[in-house]
Amino acid sequence: MTTNTSPESLYQEIILDHYRHPHHKGLRDPYDVEVHHVNPTCGDEVTVRVKVAEGPDGATVQDVSYDGQGCSISQASTSVMTDLVIGKPVDRALETSEAFLTLMQSRGQVEPDEDVLEDGIAFAGVSRYPARVKCALLGWMAWKDATAQAVGGTAPQDRTASRTTGGAA
Amino acid sequence: MTALLAQGTSYDVEAVRADFPVLTRVIGGRPLVYLDNASSSHKPRQVLDAERAFVEQHYSNVHRGVHTLSQEATDAYEAARTTVASFLGAADPHEVVFTKNATEAYNLVAYSFGNARAGSRFALGPGDEVCVTEMEHHSNLVPWQMLCERTGATLRWIPLTDEGRLDLSELETLVNERTKVLAFVHVSNILGTANPVETLVARAREVGAFVLVDGAQSAPHQVVDVQALGADFFVATGHKMLAPSGIGVLWGRRELLDAMPPFLGGGSMIEVVQMGGSTYAPAPERFEAGTPVISQAVALAAACDYLREVGLDRITAHEQVLTARLLEGLRDLDGVSVIGPDSLHSRGSAVSFAVEGVHPHDVGQSLDELGIAVRVGHHCAAPVCRRYGVPATTRASSYLYNTEGEIDALLEGIRTVQRFWS
Ligand SMILES: Cc1ncc(COP(=O)(O)O)c(C=O)c1O
Repeated sequence: MTTNTSPESLYQEIILDHYRHPHHKGLRDPYDVEVHHVNPTCGDEVTVRVKVAEGPDGATVQDVSYDGQGCSISQASTSVMTDLVIGKPVDRALETSEAFLTLMQSRGQVEPDEDVLEDGIAFAGVSRYPARVKCALLGWMAWKDATAQAVGGTAPQDRTASRTTGGAA
Repeated sequence: MTALLAQGTSYDVEAVRADFPVLTRVIGGRPLVYLDNASSSHKPRQVLDAERAFVEQHYSNVHRGVHTLSQEATDAYEAARTTVASFLGAADPHEVVFTKNATEAYNLVAYSFGNARAGSRFALGPGDEVCVTEMEHHSNLVPWQMLCERTGATLRWIPLTDEGRLDLSELETLVNERTKVLAFVHVSNILGTANPVETLVARAREVGAFVLVDGAQSAPHQVVDVQALGADFFVATGHKMLAPSGIGVLWGRRELLDAMPPFLGGGSMIEVVQMGGSTYAPAPERFEAGTPVISQAVALAAACDYLREVGLDRITAHEQVLTARLLEGLRDLDGVSVIGPDSLHSRGSAVSFAVEGVHPHDVGQSLDELGIAVRVGHHCAAPVCRRYGVPATTRASSYLYNTEGEIDALLEGIRTVQRFWS
């Protein structure tokens, strides 16, 4: 019966939970950079704000908040992303982001590391649906973009023009 | 198909289905229900066989040699043109230009106009206008935006009513003495709306504007007679009408095609070539630079033959039964709304809808788990989604091989989706 939640299925319980009860959703102050990314093929949109602060281990992701509209996959992966990066040193958060990207590009061939990706491992099945990989990466790419700007100190000159096109997805 | 013909007037959908090998596929443990025909249709054995027979026995480049195969290939290619011309009701096969798809055809006309010398009847400049509609596929919108950008002309558009039809209340203002081109979709791929060609053509004629009709969604489903439509250009695309991808059709009045400047330059489109410059062949060669889409043209002709054999009127009638059943079923579902005309009046078989609280991507993915193929997204008509305040829609579009049982499977599938996502 649809829509099944077997291990191979796209719609894992964890994903549905994050979709129905998203974490850290809603735009918050203070923030350093805000970006707006869209998925031009389906119209999904996300606005992400990032606050970076100096911590004991160097630059640290102090807060990430977001708002957006889109399918369950894009909304849930953005929620998971906030859990995984908030409070982490920027370098480690970027490593996590790379691990998620690798998983998404794996076409189901990579065994995800739960220690690194936590709830993110629920998205392993998404990598077998190339049409949905872009959805899963929308929030991550927006976060990465905002964080690069925050760390690089580039002023958020254009807060709305960024897109996820041409990215790894 | 023999069964179908033997049946006389009753439409034997099972006989039609037997011609389409893909329809025996099982997806997710269930028989495939293919309701994504507005995006692309499947191909019957007759079309596949015709293409294969041509490539195996008669293939060569066309218009280029004296050997036997070259002549046979040229004959087959030109016979395909004649078949397509007759399928569209054209007066003359020279009025049919083969392109790679519909998109190339709009670009061909727009770039040709853009190449016209100042003072030519095709030239546009500041003060001139191009009028389209708010329901255009991006492919019949963006080329005109680009033409306006290059020439300084102004783009205007006919807006939409809440029920998904053209709002013609300002037609006289929107299409006026400055309008050089009126380009509009015959049947909308996202709303399903069939537009009032006669009214639009009549207004364009009053002001002397050229008229281009986008028939990508009409030619596969209904009898088209380009002469009766009264437009100057008509566009169709093979892959939506049982032919392979890679072949499109531009029909244009011969007198216009012979006078328009070329779009792409190269082999086949020339008359005399010297180092200092060239003169150009008349249409259709003028617009078919380079080696054309040869075997796809042959296959398109086979598709036209197939459609005529089944009977376009019968196909239209069959689709109306399916569309009526779908609209009625959707109306009975709580939390589902149709985006576009909710009655059979002046509409095709593409039906877009929204399922409250479930994103179209999730609707489409969940239906796929039931073996049901629909399209989700903005259907290359993003302004339409914006107009109706939705990020995307789910669209079911039926064709000659779909059944009432498949419509029921879709409706049941939507109920399952609603339960899962509630
Ligand atoms: C109404 C309409 N016009 C134009 C096109 C473009 O056709 P093609 O992609 O074959 O160029 C489509 C197909 O998606 C369509 O539905």
